[in-house]
Parts: sequence; structure tokens; C-alpha cells
Amino acid sequence: MTGLQGIWRSALSLAAVAILGTALLSGVHSVTSSRIAEQERRAVLHQLGQVLSASRYDNALQNDVISFQDELYFPRGQTVTAYRARKQGEPVAVILKFAAVNGYNGKIHLLAGINRDGTLSGVRISSHKETPGLGDFVEIGKSDWVTGFTGKSLKNPNPEDWAVKRDGGVFDQFTGATITPRAVVEAVQRALEFFQANEQFLFDAPTQISTGMDP
Amino acid sequence: MNDSSYRKIFMDGLWHQNTGLVVLLGLCPLLAVTNTVVNGLGLGLATTLTLLASNLSVSLARHLIRPEIRIPAYVLIIASVVTVIQLLMQAFVHDLYRVLGIFIPLIVTNCAIIGRAEAFASRNRAVPALIDGLATGLGFTLTLVLLGAARELLGRGTLLSQAGLMFGSAGKSLELTLIPNYDGFLPALLPPGAFILLGLLIAGRNGLKARRQAASSRKPLLSQETPA
Repeated sequence: MTGLQGIWRSALSLAAVAILGTALLSGVHSVTSSRIAEQERRAVLHQLGQVLSASRYDNALQNDVISFQDELYFPRGQTVTAYRARKQGEPVAVILKFAAVNGYNGKIHLLAGINRDGTLSGVRISSHKETPGLGDFVEIGKSDWVTGFTGKSLKNPNPEDWAVKRDGGVFDQFTGATITPRAVVEAVQRALEFFQANEQFLFDAPTQISTGMDP
Repeated sequence: MNDSSYRKIFMDGLWHQNTGLVVLLGLCPLLAVTNTVVNGLGLGLATTLTLLASNLSVSLARHLIRPEIRIPAYVLIIASVVTVIQLLMQAFVHDLYRVLGIFIPLIVTNCAIIGRAEAFASRNRAVPALIDGLATGLGFTLTLVLLGAARELLGRGTLLSQAGLMFGSAGKSLELTLIPNYDGFLPALLPPGAFILLGLLIAGRNGLKARRQAASSRKPLLSQETPA
């Protein structure tokens, strides 16, 4: 009898702790969720602004969006998001959100701004799981490496030089970390090739409702 | 409790029972993130905050939680506290969260936190529990920063790199390159280097302690306690 009572009392007090914890979490969540969503949105706009200066376009970039798949240029079934930048209705550039798949550890998510003339307006890494302290030097907060893409195009450098220096190309690598920059360089080149082949589609396809951007 | 026992609690957490160097709890996050000083400091401060909140909650609830269910109750409390800290960081210090984000959930896996809840907070009043949480957290931070400094210096020849991510533009001036044009020493940045350097840190701490004991008592070295 007392044993059974003890079990009930234990179960109830554990349930009380669980309920209190859940109540605390849902309270904090409801207070912070709109602020977190706003911060995430600002972070997205901030990131887009880093690859394409906001003065270059006058449309609502985060709403002029298409997403698509193309196994040839963007392998492993990834969904690519394209933000189209226009000034007075004229297309000026597109920002592609895609991933490099040959990194050291999982996908490296990238943003690449491509001007209408096929030059890169900027490239940023939006998220990755490369080794901290090694492969993470592709992040802008940790080194300037990724700014080396700005102004590059398929003609500059030549296709055979679109590689890290160890492979005979023009892009720097880091001591002990060749795999990460190699994957990024290759993925950016693929994105440029896709742009060259599909420019019409990128700018003219009707806008789809954005599903938001992954971190 | 008087001042001297508070001081004892504090020094135990910070030094005599240092989580990283003596008790050797929480090695998973310790080894995972300490490749730079800034990473170590960030995780250390977040862990300290968690310890303060979890020790306080466990101490306040110590009469309500029956012994048989105390471990799952502590797990619930710690997981709730860490998630709340994560949400608050996401909402109010978003830039810092973007840097430390992946390490925050790791705090839940730090057995030092449940260890303090079980060994101290569940048996003491709120104020000593808070002091214990603060001291344990600072001691853990100290270990993380020391190990981070050793690995960053050996591995990259810098100290406090990326401090700007944590302290804003003022932190940029803290970033030091001590060995210019250093080629880097990869093993120090990888987990094996963390193990070896942590071992050296522990040995150094034990050596320091042995020297102090030898100096204070003229007894032979045999009377030392064995390393934990």
C-alpha cells in the first residue's frame, strides 16, 4: 500500500517538474518567438546585402524568389533558391542559395550574387559543419578568403584556373585544409555555369511563394 | 554558514575540485570547442550561467523532489534551463548566438552540471548553491580558456582571434598574432591535441600542488593524494 503510494507520489512530482519545465519553455518561447523570427529575417537580409549591395536594386528581394532543382549543376537533390534583384523592373542580378556537397563534413551552404554580365557580386558561406579552426576560414567572420570571388566570372580566371592553388588554380587554400575551399570553388563555378545556361529562366520564371531560408 | 565556509565552497569549485582538471567531468564539450580562446570563453560563460540557474532551481526544489526520481527531475530542469538560455540568446544577442549556437545544446551533455546538482545543490540552501554554481562555472571557464590558449597558440600562433565576434568592435583590438607567418600545427587543433594538452595541464596543476604541499609541510612527497 505505502509502496504504491510512494510510486504515485514520485510519478506525480516528476510530472509536476515536467509540467513546470514545459510551462517555462512555452512562456519564454511565446515571448521570444516573434523577436527571434525578426532577428532571423534581419540576418537573412543582412546576408543577402553582403553579396549584393542594397543600392543596386529597388525591389523587395526576399519576395522575388524562385526555387528549383537541377541535379547536373546542384547535385544530391538540393533545392536552390534564387532571389532576383531588379531596378525599375529591369533585372540586374540574381542571388543563388545553394550548397557545396564535396566538403569535409556535410553540405556547405552558400550564397552567391551573380551580376547580369556573369561576374560575381559576392559570395558568402551561410552555414557549414567544417572543422572549427580549420575549414571554417571560408566564413567571412574568420578570414577574408571568400571575398576573393568578387568580380570573378567564367572568363576570369579561365576555366582551367577555377581551382585552389594546390590543384593548379588561382584560389588560395589554407594550411591543412584544402578540401573545404576546393569544394566551395567548385560549387561556385557550377553556379556560374548554371547562370550562363539558364539566365532567361532565372529572371523570367514567375515568383513562387518563399518557404523562408534555412539558417 | 559563515564567510569562511563560503570561501571554501568558492575555492573548491574554482581550484581544489576544478571540473576540468581534477574531477574530469564535462570532457566532451571541453575537448570539442577549445580550439580557440574565444570559443572556450563563450562556452565557459554559457555553462556558468546554466550552473547558476540549475543549482538555484535544484536547491529551491530540493524538498519537493523525492530521491527516487531526482535524476530524471534534474535532467528535466537542466534541459529546460539550457533551452531557455538558448532562446534568450537567440532573441537578444543574435550575433553571439550565431557564433556559439552549436555549442549551447552541448551544455546539456556536460555531466558536471548534473554532478553539482546531485552532489551540492540538492543538499544545500540557495545561497551556497549559487556560490557553488558560480565557482564551478568559473573553474570550468578557466580550464577552457587555458586549454583554448594553449591549442590556439600551438596550432595557429594567435591568441584571442575572432574576439570581435564576441566583444564587438572593441574585441578586434584584442586579437593577437604572436607568431607571424606561422605555418600552423594541425594536431593541436584536432581532438588528439586537446587530449594531450589537457593531460599536460592536469600534470602541471598536480605539480604545482605537490610543490606547495612540499613547501608547507616538510613531510616527504609520499603523503600527496593521488591525481584524480
